[in-house]
Amino acid sequence: MSPPRYILEVEDLTVSFDGFKAVDNLNFYVEPNECHVIIGPNGAGKTTVLDLICGRTRASSGSARFKELELLSMREDQIVHAGVGRKFQTPSVYEDLTVFENLELSYPKGHSVFGALTFRSDAKVKARIKEVAEIIFLDDQLGEKAAFLSHGQKQWLEIGMLLIQDPELLMLDEPVAGMSVAERKQTAELLNRIIKDRAVIVIEHDMGFVSDIATRVTVLHQGKLLSEGSMERVQNDPKVVEVYLGH
Amino acid sequence: MKSAAFMSRREVVGFALLAAIIFILLPVMLDGFRLNLFGKYLTYAFVAIGLALCWGAGGILSLGQGIFFGLGGYCMAMFLKLEASTPENTAIQSTPGIPDFMDWNQITELPAWWEPFYSLFFTLFAVVAVPVIFAFIISFAMFTRRVSGVYFAIITQAVVSILTILIIGQQGYTGGVNGITDLRTLNGWDIRTEEAKNTLYFVNGGLLFAVLFVAQYVRRSKLGRLLIAMRDQEDRVRFSGYNVASFKIFIFCLGAAFAGIGGAMFTLQVGFMSPSLIGIVPSIEMVIFCAVGGRLSIIGAVYGALLVNWAKTSFSESFPELWLLGLGGLFIAVVMFFPNGLAGIWAEKIEPRLLALWPGKAAPAEPAPKGTDAKTAAAE
Repeated sequence: MSPPRYILEVEDLTVSFDGFKAVDNLNFYVEPNECHVIIGPNGAGKTTVLDLICGRTRASSGSARFKELELLSMREDQIVHAGVGRKFQTPSVYEDLTVFENLELSYPKGHSVFGALTFRSDAKVKARIKEVAEIIFLDDQLGEKAAFLSHGQKQWLEIGMLLIQDPELLMLDEPVAGMSVAERKQTAELLNRIIKDRAVIVIEHDMGFVSDIATRVTVLHQGKLLSEGSMERVQNDPKVVEVYLGH
Repeated sequence: MKSAAFMSRREVVGFALLAAIIFILLPVMLDGFRLNLFGKYLTYAFVAIGLALCWGAGGILSLGQGIFFGLGGYCMAMFLKLEASTPENTAIQSTPGIPDFMDWNQITELPAWWEPFYSLFFTLFAVVAVPVIFAFIISFAMFTRRVSGVYFAIITQAVVSILTILIIGQQGYTGGVNGITDLRTLNGWDIRTEEAKNTLYFVNGGLLFAVLFVAQYVRRSKLGRLLIAMRDQEDRVRFSGYNVASFKIFIFCLGAAFAGIGGAMFTLQVGFMSPSLIGIVPSIEMVIFCAVGGRLSIIGAVYGALLVNWAKTSFSESFPELWLLGLGGLFIAVVMFFPNGLAGIWAEKIEPRLLALWPGKAAPAEPAPKGTDAKTAAAE
């Protein structure tokens, strides 16, 4: 069997904060078109892993290769341009701008100073914004300020802002946290639609949600890999049961 | 369509109103002396416009705009001083042909870095270039290291302090604490006459509008929206693929360029430049002009600069010792009660009432000015 081609290879990834190893010698691999869910108890280092991959936190050692590119030595915006998108845990949208403007700023064009000064939303850009707005259920709110959206709508908007960049690897940090049951269902639908053509890493606590979307699950505990595999395998792993249920 | 994208209707009205005040109302109402004073106030408006972009839109608070105002002003003053220091005018000096303060400090030769300022063309270039280069060095060092917020403000404050100490300490090269005084002609044109001051007032007004248009263009471009986005969610901008530092550097340098032009116009209209005009206190005052005007509004910044300076002159004519207290009180009042300054008072209190008096044009007044902008932008 030939070795599978991975879109992201994380090897020996370690970061320590004042001697405390938040992520410790972590190895995991993401295949193209796979939905890779990271779960684990609080403080397991899940968000830190995403921070390391997208350049928000600098790793102490190890490597994270994305299609032959070593992400750990790249600047955040370069990582984005390489094709990695990141959604934050708390909805990060530009509250003083409209939904349209939020999406417009995320459109992958005019990202230099000069480009931003001369950027004009042409028909193509507008069509794309409209298209994304429909996917994230916000096509009626394009002219509204993001500050007036509900919590769930803000989460969708941020997902839309990533979607418009069309990243090859999408990283979502708790996309359904704080959502109502109805919103949660709609979001699961949304995610199922958008994860089709790309690799996705999701951090999530909601187990029902995880088994809905995951093709592979990685369990982290105290910065280390505890278990990996299908949802079923992970759920029946005694080590995982012990960590989650306590001693 | 293009003009609609450049300015909303109420912005056109705002620009027109300001133009009427600066080019018609003030020159008609004021005598030469007072008009020159208002010309001086307007040079601070250049700084306040830059601050409205940096601080209001971009969230970068600089307590050191005096640096750039001063650099622009000193560049112009050096040119004028060299022109005033002809060998005939300075015949009584031990070394004729160099600025008087150099002679007083036993300097016998013009320093090499003064030489280029014999050229008017170079000087006009330097008035913008020197502040921009300086701003670039400061902001590149700070923003690529992610220094921001209060820390950045304190560093700009420290740089102002260093610069004024340097100018005062190098008396032989800079005129020291007295500054560069006794300026007479610009390319042979006597700037001390009443007509010259009048002309300079209008040149100043023209330049101010040029700067306002540039600021308006930046605000309406995607870069303007990015500034607001950076102010509110810097990380999100970064992870949308923007190099945040380069945008901050750009807007800071733009503000410095505006301030430099203002400084040069100050020197021309007032006739001297000194460290006391660009130090820590004036730099903080500049922030107050912007805050009083409404830090989100470039037109508000102009009114803020005019109003506070006018109040300063009137107050300190009668109660000189109370002025600083009054200024502090004004700043506290604005921050506490009118966070959007004059522009906010206009948009929330005055404009709706004016529109209500206008029954023919039944355009409903939008309570928040930015809401209107955003809606038209989205509708385009």
